[in-house]
Amino acid sequence: MPVWIAMALTFSVSYYFRDKLGLYGRLFDTYTGSIGFALVIFWLFTAIFADLIITFDPIDQLSGMRKKIPGALVPETFNAYLLGGDLMGRDVFSRMVMGSRIVLSIAPAATIFAFMVGITLGLPAGFYGKRLDTILSFIANLVLAFPVILLFYLLVNPAIRSTGIPVVIAAVLFLFPIIFFAVLFQSRYYVQANKRNIYVGLTLLLGFWAYSGLAFNQDPLQLLGLEPIFYMDPNLLNIFVSVVFVNAPTVFRIVRGLTMDLKTRDYVAAAQTRGEGAWFVMLWEILPNARGPLIVDFCLRIGYTTILLGTLGFFGLGVSPESPDWGMTINEGRKLLAYFPHMAIPPALALLSLVLGLNLLGDGLREQSLKD
Amino acid sequence: MWQFITKRFGLMVLTTLCLSFIVFFLTNLQPNLVKLAKTEAGIRMTDDQVLSWLGDRGYNQPLLLRYGEWLGVVPGYVHTDEEGRTRGRCISPHVKDTPTYCGLLQGTLGNSTIFNVSVGKALATRLGLTGILMFWVMIVMIPMALIIGIFAGMREGSKTDRALSTVAIGFTATPEYISGVILSVIFASRLVFDERFLLPSAQSAMENMSFSNFALPVMTMVLYGMGYIARMTRASMAEVMTAQYIRTARLKGVSFPNIVFKHALRNALIAPFTVIMLQFPWLLTGVVIVETLFNYKGFGWLLVMAADGNDVELLLSCSLVAVLVVLVTQLISDIGYVFLNPRIRVSS
Repeated sequence: MPVWIAMALTFSVSYYFRDKLGLYGRLFDTYTGSIGFALVIFWLFTAIFADLIITFDPIDQLSGMRKKIPGALVPETFNAYLLGGDLMGRDVFSRMVMGSRIVLSIAPAATIFAFMVGITLGLPAGFYGKRLDTILSFIANLVLAFPVILLFYLLVNPAIRSTGIPVVIAAVLFLFPIIFFAVLFQSRYYVQANKRNIYVGLTLLLGFWAYSGLAFNQDPLQLLGLEPIFYMDPNLLNIFVSVVFVNAPTVFRIVRGLTMDLKTRDYVAAAQTRGEGAWFVMLWEILPNARGPLIVDFCLRIGYTTILLGTLGFFGLGVSPESPDWGMTINEGRKLLAYFPHMAIPPALALLSLVLGLNLLGDGLREQSLKD
Repeated sequence: MWQFITKRFGLMVLTTLCLSFIVFFLTNLQPNLVKLAKTEAGIRMTDDQVLSWLGDRGYNQPLLLRYGEWLGVVPGYVHTDEEGRTRGRCISPHVKDTPTYCGLLQGTLGNSTIFNVSVGKALATRLGLTGILMFWVMIVMIPMALIIGIFAGMREGSKTDRALSTVAIGFTATPEYISGVILSVIFASRLVFDERFLLPSAQSAMENMSFSNFALPVMTMVLYGMGYIARMTRASMAEVMTAQYIRTARLKGVSFPNIVFKHALRNALIAPFTVIMLQFPWLLTGVVIVETLFNYKGFGWLLVMAADGNDVELLLSCSLVAVLVVLVTQLISDIGYVFLNPRIRVSS
């Protein structure tokens, strides 16, 4: 219920002000765009209000409810299992709703990290070219030549976790957002020392705080005996890192291509004549002008990341055995598909509709941004 | 031209070497080896026993040296323990004369620990089965995708285009593990169809293949791949249709079907060709999912078994095959692109 209210509000407000909202507003001119947007925010609000929507605890096992058909009633309380019970007697509906929270917290975050890595490396590769480009492109192609599934099998397993390789990869990959923002502010404000000091200082402080918590699991607050804010379960870190690792080279290639195209433009030459530094040109001249294709790809990539997470869950490499992650639920349900299809179908349709929404949204955005 | 091909080929060999080393490194990490020792020689080994077991079999040598052995450029490891038994990489009970080198270059891939056969043999049978699956997937997928793409792209913005594009987007949003589940529920469970119409399991397709037991795995793989190719074909077709020469042809009064088939199609198909070639790595993931889902014991199934059973040599060879497939298709797509598109001149 709260989902419908929130959705109606978002839609009416956005629709009312669509003329003033630029690209986002024009999204509502096309059918595909608005349908995609509707699907995406539906799942977004479902994830936000998941606590209010669920009718049962998603990991609570009621032995009487095993394999029950949709709509079956719990003996004592007469509350219905809306979509039936699964193998362990858990409520399929509540698990699906809680699953959206997991998917929607990991997939966009992993995509953002992949974009940070791709942008930070792709800009200089495209801008400077030559040897730097050759080396970085070779590495990117190396990763791209790996079949995704193989990489997952090699990277996501307990044995690898015990060697600490995921932590090393995380330590490298998580450094890029910090570099990105630090350079972003440095190149813009290095003439205004005061502002520069504040922005870069804040970036470094927050960045390394999160960095130590996420990558090494050592939030400084923990050392002071407090509850850590930035924390990632080693298993989750492993999955997160692998997904970023798989996506980053593709983003790199897109950014590199765009940069090579845009660096010949007049405004770049103008900025260089003004005496701006190379990083200013890259981050404040080229990047904003490359935003169109990047936003579109961002939407599509979240969808792709969702599919990847589902694949991981499907092979039993998911977040944790108890968690209601969609891929894992599909994997559990498929074993009894011929007799009890109600276990696998809801998460399958949920994942399908979310990815479909993201793809439609990306397509709508592409169409609208091409009109410029 | 030849210079271009040799250069690309050299790059491919270099990439293969790098990748095979990475895979070798990842599969031969200490925890994996310990697990291997324990599954092979008993779960209750002490740490010292594990170390000596690994030492006897040459697993304690430096990584680079062992990689060289695996490649076949360094003589195979030979070790004689206190009881006088000689063990070595290259010594096997089936072959009388022990060669000094045994590795990839000699065509020896080692032995699979879970299937107890040589890796080469296991790979050959499984790859054959997957080859059949892939063949049918391609036969169904490419024509369907091209037809959808061409019909959508020839009149950009029309109703047909809108409808077909939405269908294509829908397909790209349906990964194999979802379409597989949905198709199975519709065609292989008692929910929708009567007993008489149910399709038999794909497991039987390995011995005698028929439409009914092969349709589901093939369709599952086709759906996901098709959407992407169709969208690329549509984009390429739509672009060609706006070209000057098409307008000239129209003004000359050439009929619309003639324009599409004689003038536009040839140029519009260059991009999809590359996309289809680059689709192979994606299909590989699809193969693994579909073969697991339908229990079809092909290459994907072998890969899963090797990874789950911690079969180091088998996993290594599977990875090598997978990587090679990707690289060779990339090479073909690069060369094919130059051949198909006369506007590209290779600078040598």
